[in-house]
Order: sequence, then C-alpha cells, then structure tokens
Amino acid sequence: MTVAAVTYVGTRVPRKEDQRLITGTGTYTDDVALPGMVHTYFVRSPHAHARITRIDTAAAKRAPGVVTVLTGAETTGTGTLPLFVNVPGIKQSKHFPIASDKVRYTGDAVAVVVAESRAAARAAAALVDVEYELLPVVVDGEKALAPGAPIIHEELGTNLACTYPFKGGDVDKAFADAELVVKQRLVQQRLIPNAIEPRSVVAKLDGDSVTIWSTTQVPHFVQLFIAINLGIPQNHVRVIAPEVGGGFGSKLNVYAEELVVPFLAKMLGRPVKWTEDRREGYLATTHGRDMVHDVELAAKRDGTILGLRVRTVANMGGYLQAFAPVSATILHVFITPGAYRLPAYDCEVKVVYTNTTPIDAYRGAGRPEAAYLIERMMDRLADEIRMDPAEVRRKNFVKRDEFPYTAVSTLVYDSGDYAKALDRALELSEYKGFAKRRDETERRGRYRGIGLSSYVEICGLAPSKANAALGIGWGGYESARIRVNPLGTVQVWTGTSPHGQGHETSWSQIVADQFGIRPDDIEVLHGDTLESPGMGVGTFGSRSLAVGGIAVHKAAQRIREKVILLAAHLLEASPEDVVFEGGKLFVKGVPEKSKAFGEVVFQLYLAANLPDGMEPGLEAIVYHDPENFTYPFGTHVCEVEIDPETGIVEIVRYTAVDDCGVQINPMIVEGQLHGGIVQAIGQALYEAAVYDENGQLLTGSMMDYHVPRAADVPSMTLDHTVTPSPVNPLGVKGIGEAGTIGATPAVVNAVVDALSAIGVKHLDMPLTPERVWRAIRAAKPMEVRK
Amino acid sequence: MSQGISVTVNGTKYSEEVEPSLLLVEFLREQLRLTGTHVGCDTSQCGACTVLLDGRATKACTVLAVQADGATVTTIEGLAADGQLHPVQRAFHEQHGLQCGFCTPGLILLTVDLLGRDPDPSEKEIRHAIKGNLCRCTGYQNIVRAIDAAATELRGAAQKTEVTR
Repeated sequence: MTVAAVTYVGTRVPRKEDQRLITGTGTYTDDVALPGMVHTYFVRSPHAHARITRIDTAAAKRAPGVVTVLTGAETTGTGTLPLFVNVPGIKQSKHFPIASDKVRYTGDAVAVVVAESRAAARAAAALVDVEYELLPVVVDGEKALAPGAPIIHEELGTNLACTYPFKGGDVDKAFADAELVVKQRLVQQRLIPNAIEPRSVVAKLDGDSVTIWSTTQVPHFVQLFIAINLGIPQNHVRVIAPEVGGGFGSKLNVYAEELVVPFLAKMLGRPVKWTEDRREGYLATTHGRDMVHDVELAAKRDGTILGLRVRTVANMGGYLQAFAPVSATILHVFITPGAYRLPAYDCEVKVVYTNTTPIDAYRGAGRPEAAYLIERMMDRLADEIRMDPAEVRRKNFVKRDEFPYTAVSTLVYDSGDYAKALDRALELSEYKGFAKRRDETERRGRYRGIGLSSYVEICGLAPSKANAALGIGWGGYESARIRVNPLGTVQVWTGTSPHGQGHETSWSQIVADQFGIRPDDIEVLHGDTLESPGMGVGTFGSRSLAVGGIAVHKAAQRIREKVILLAAHLLEASPEDVVFEGGKLFVKGVPEKSKAFGEVVFQLYLAANLPDGMEPGLEAIVYHDPENFTYPFGTHVCEVEIDPETGIVEIVRYTAVDDCGVQINPMIVEGQLHGGIVQAIGQALYEAAVYDENGQLLTGSMMDYHVPRAADVPSMTLDHTVTPSPVNPLGVKGIGEAGTIGATPAVVNAVVDALSAIGVKHLDMPLTPERVWRAIRAAKPMEVRK
Repeated sequence: MSQGISVTVNGTKYSEEVEPSLLLVEFLREQLRLTGTHVGCDTSQCGACTVLLDGRATKACTVLAVQADGATVTTIEGLAADGQLHPVQRAFHEQHGLQCGFCTPGLILLTVDLLGRDPDPSEKEIRHAIKGNLCRCTGYQNIVRAIDAAATELRGAAQKTEVTR
C-alpha cells in the first residue's frame, strides 16, 4: 500500500490567481470588446405594479446610433426564465425576460434598446414611451397574504407560491411539558448582495455557434438554458465565465439578460454587450433574505430545550428566480434546529409574491436565517431563565460521541465537536473576564455587551438523490477532468466556477500531493463549457471543495493509479511495492532506481511497452456525487460598546473559532471567514433594502445602502478546530458561508446583551444608530437626557 | 463636439479626440483599452476606478477626460516597473489581500498614494484612509495587513537609499 506524501494540502500556498489580478491583466466580462459590437440598455419600469397599456418605440428607433428597439412582445422567442426547484405544490409564475402585459416590480424590463454605443443606447432608452395603468402595490410578504391584497400574478389567483411544512417529534407534548415558552418575532431584513463587479453579458455569433461571456457562478446552467430556450444545439453554445468579480449568490441564476443578449446576437448577427449600472443592479439583480419568523421555543427552567415552533413568511418578490424557493424552504427549514438536541420541531414556511425585486440566494441562503433564528432564541431563553448563554448552549449541544447524529429534521450530521469550538472561543475571547470589562465601560457611561453564536450549517450541496427527493431539479454532483500531456504538463478542468475563492490554488494543492509535484506545475482551468467536462454544477452553497474538490481528488487518484501500474510494469515489480513520491516512482527500498513521473507519462503516449489491456494516454474524467451533506460548525463571540448619546455600536472585539474539517489552504479559509463575517456585520448593523409603500426602492444606490467600509469593522481573531468529515476522502466540509451564518447572531446577541441592562429583550436588524438610540430613549429617557 | 486632449498614461503620451462628456474612466477603458481600471458603481462610492492622477489617488469616474488634459495618469497596468511588481502589489499577493480582484487595482493605487504621503500609518489610519474604496470579499483585514506590510517594506527601502547616499 502506498500513501501519498502529503506536502501541499494544509499549507498556505500563495494564490496562483493573483498575478493577473494585481497587474490589471485579468479579463472580466465588461472588458470584452469585439469588432462590430453593439450595446444594449434596458428600459425598466418606474412603477412597482402596473399594466402596460401602450408602448411606443418609434422615437427611440430614430435616435442617433440606434440599431433596434424591442419590446416584450417582440422578444418572446427567448422563452421564459427557468425555475430549478419544484417544491411540492409550487405555483410558478410565467417569467419572460421582458414584460409585455404588466410589470411586477420597479425595475422590471419593458424594452431593450440596441445601439452602436452604450451612451447612445442609454440616451435612446429615455425616448421609449410607455403608458402604464397603475395598480395597487404590495411590498410586504405578510400584507401580500391578507385578504384583498393586490394579486401579482392573476393567473395564479393568489400571492402564495407555496406552503412548505415540516413536523418532527411530538410538538404538542413538548409544549405541554414546557416550564416556559419563549415567544419572539424575528425579522430577517432584505439585503442587496453588492458584488463589486456589476453583472455583464456579451454574446457573439460564429456561424451556427454562439459564444457568451457572462458574470455567472453557474456557466453550465446558463449554457443549458440558452440552448433550450433559444433552440441552439447545446454543442453550439459556449459559455465563458471569465474573471468574475464576486457573486455571493447574486450571479447564481439564469437571468433575463443572459437570454436576451444572445437572442439579440443571433437576430442581428453582431456581437452584443450589456453591462448593468449599479442603480440598475439594485433593481434588477436578485436581493437576499427578507423573511419574518414567528417563533416559540418550549423549554425547561434548567435550560433544556423541548420543542420549537416556527412560522415563516418568505418574500420572493415579483417572480421566482432560479433557486429562490430553496433558500426560503429547504435550506432554512431543515437546519434550523442547529447544534442542539431538539426533540420536537414544527416549521411552516409561506413563500409569497410581492411587488419587489426577486429574491434569491445570498451568501448562506436560508442558513443564516436558520442560525439567526435558533441563536437568538437560545439567548432569549438564557435571558428568561437568567442562565449564562454559553451554558444554555452547552447543555443542549449534540455531544461529540453522538455523531453521525440524526436530527429531528431527519438530517444526518456527519461529525462535530461543538463544545470544543465553544470552549476555545470562550478562552480566546476572554469570556470570563467580560464582567470586569463591562463594569469598566459602564463607568465611562457606555454600554458593553457580549454575544455568542454556536452555529452549524449544511454544506456540500448535494447528494443527487437528496436533491431529487427535495424537489431540486438537477443533480448535486460535480465534475473534474485531468489531462496529463505527453510532456508531463498537467491540466485540470473543474466544473466549479470560482469568483474569488481561489480554486486554481486549492485544486492545484490537491493534485500536487497525488503526483508529488508542485502546485505551480499544474494548470487549473474553469468557467468555460468548451473544454470542461460535459456538465459542471458550479460554485455556490459552500459546495466547491466538498464536492468539486473531491472530484478533482478522485480524478488525480485515477491518474496516479494508472501511473503506478505502468511504473510497476516498467520496474518489473508488483504495483503494491511501487512508491510514488516527490515526482518519482520506485520500488520500495530502492529509490536509486527510480522513474520520473514525466518519463512514465511519456511511455503512456509512446504506448510501445504497456501492460496487457492498458489504454494509451493519461486522462481522467470524474463525476463525484457526494454521499451526504457536510456540517461545518463553530462558535463566534462578539463584544460591543454602545454610545448612549448616539446609539453607535462599536465592535471592540471579534473572535471566531470555526471547524470546516480539514483545511486545504488555511490562508484562503481565513480570507473566506473575514469576508463573510464582515458581510454578517453589515446585515447586523448597517444594511437593509428599504421600499416605500409604492414599491420604490429607497435604498437605490450605494449612497443609500450601507455596505461596510474598512473603518466600520474591526480586525478579527480567528482560530479553528479540525473535525474531519467522514463523508469524503479529504475530510473537508466547506467554509464559504460560515461567516455570514455564524456572525450575524453573535453581533445582535452582543448588542441586545449590552442593552439588557435597560430591559431590552430584542431588536430587529439592522441595529443602526437610530434604532439603538430609539431603544435607549424608550427604555430610560431620563438617563439619556442626564 | 469632440475636443483634443493630451494625457500621459503609464509613461506614454496620448493625443486623443474625446467627447466633452466622456469620463476619465471611460477614456481609459474604452478609448485606450486599459481595462484594469474597473467601474463598480455610478455614484463615486466604490472606488474600483481609482487611478493616480498627477500622483494623487483619484476616482476616475469623478473626472472628465478633458479635465485630465495635460495630466499624468498611472493605472494598474503601469505600476510594475521593468517586469518587477511594485511592493504594494507584492504585499497584496503575499498577505492574501484580494479575492475576486475587482476592487484590487483601485485599492493598490490608493495605497501607493497613501504610503507616499504617510509612510507609517497605524491600523486606524489605514482603515480611515481606504474607507472610500469598497471590497465585498476580504472583510478588509488582509488588505489592512497588506498595506501595513508594504509600508514596512517601503520604509526599509527608503532607509537603505538613505544609507547608500
């Protein structure tokens, strides 16, 4: 038996991606410029809900530089936008890229202008004359369910897209046995993802074929639907996701523009480009979250939790985008019990249409909502029974010897040691010394609070059979292809589609260890449907490493096995006796008589001396279907100070101990956590997409929507525990979303803890200075006035 | 009505005809095809388009191309000299100060300007100095570390120059 000499996995290999990004030589979609290319500008509805009674494009068509102007009625050839999910009983709206009957949110497209320049297209867009008959508007999910609410899709007869119920254990008994029931309403405000690169699409016709560059996390899905919707054979559709400037779920879709732009290229026979303005992106790129939960937690006075009842209303906006119902249902419902032994659980989600921008996945997608829910409730319980929040958690944790653990939600948690991460986080954050720090702060006339969050998340989406059972209309596998060229150079294609995650580096580390070569000797390619395996599922849901990385690992193992077989043949030894390390193959104990990796590879292509039955060449394609999800976990501790005069919350200390199983590149793991935690701080303290009653987005630009800036956030202290996952050969779990999942409740718990001194039990996010100041005023007006 | 301008970009002098409404960032990206300068918003909030205009970090979406007439511009493409990365570029790489890379050119150029004026900023000063540039991936922590590392290296280099003199 030979063991891979592990050299690069687990080390901080600097990123291979960086060179082109720090020199400005990388190509993002908007950087693509082609001869004869025309530009598009979408005319978007200024109203949230209106019937289109007349649309006149004549003046726009006459404007300088305009090539054509098309309305919804003239672009039905694009077909409708896909929904990837078939949650039982879901009422799906027909979603054309350009509306022709009525508009359902502010920003819904009503026409597209094509011109020789972007400026000309934009100028002409103002000349498209649209007459609207205004309809009553509803922007709030709960109000959309009330009798008499305006109906967004008349053909459905209701705004309720579906009801998604789950029940496990004896919930009635749990509540009958309870010594107390903690009730809380929790609002998950709507967020705008804000990838810094705006979305962009370019399409070019080459004879019968079309090439599309797109800012996407899922190039293969975009390819599939362009082929299906536009009736182009799939082999004639090439989709390239070049450098992609962040996604966070907002580029995980098949968008209207991704169908319209190639449709126009096909129609006009010229290359076509569309790049969104940021304000356009705020209206027409998916938003995230937007749920309201009514929660009841049944417990005993000793802190033992008995049952949880949740009623969720999830606002989906004007249409169901590709994955939207998954975040609202599956990814929220099943993981809500979190890290705890919960005996009984009843959850029901109502998925609702409103006159707002469509919601879809946003970093964490359902799991931040779940973690926030349970982690706020654990703190509410601790507060009611006057118990240390750390001890309430510890008392209810699934214990380390209980894994694999079948939760009340039916999920089987792979591995964990929740108490260990908690203990380490408490130690690092000096939790014990907090009371002293608080007293010192209060003497200075400020409030100080500490907040915990012990999250568990579900990652590695997904076993294909689980997808099928849950109604997700596609497998959850991932693909990899490795080609070793005759001269020994190694190329790896992955079905994952990174947009900042550093797959080129991490996947190289995985392969390097199998071949005993350096990561720099390996080229990792992605985001191009031409040469990759036939299908790649893409990058989302912290799946890339736990599914795609494993596919790469397995493909490398296949190559390794074949190389060892041939080396054994050439060295006249048994394969079990062949050692493959440091780029060399030799018989155990005889390293001086070795064959170089490149030499054996060359022999595979010469094919003159292969063992019977061995095919020439050296190439492997693997589709890996995971056997189970993975369950990363950890504990975050946030400490805040609050100025009672201004309500400003300052995070004075942030500690996170995360466990994502085996780490391939700790540097990249930390980077993922830093970014995720700051996004979570953004949700907890600053960010909210706000509509007025007429469906106008009041936070319509980066001037009105507060993306965290460097001066808003602290440096964080990170540590980790390592509990390998047993569901894959590398023991990895995934880290992309842990930050947004773990951190939001820790920050809110800290702020509420600080204000608990004046009787505050809960505040909804974002905890802006105004909201905090008002809470302080309402609680102790005399004290604030001094 | 287009207008003639003369601008030195990355050491090359360009004499070009531009529309008066053309932004400097559009001039760089579309007319000179220097696409390392990015556009991330339309309200001068994100800083992805930051370049050095006569040595000062400037959001190229806030300047008209005609206003750059006679000026010297450095974009990310012009920062490495003789194939050698600038110490700030190297620090961003070594400290993992970038992920998707979209905000990175702007932040690197901003840092070059910052360290030219303040060679030894504290963490708080760094965070304050870069707050006009948004990054959604890194949480800023490794950007701050990279800037600190670059400052240390540049101070070392400056000292060496001092000694050899």
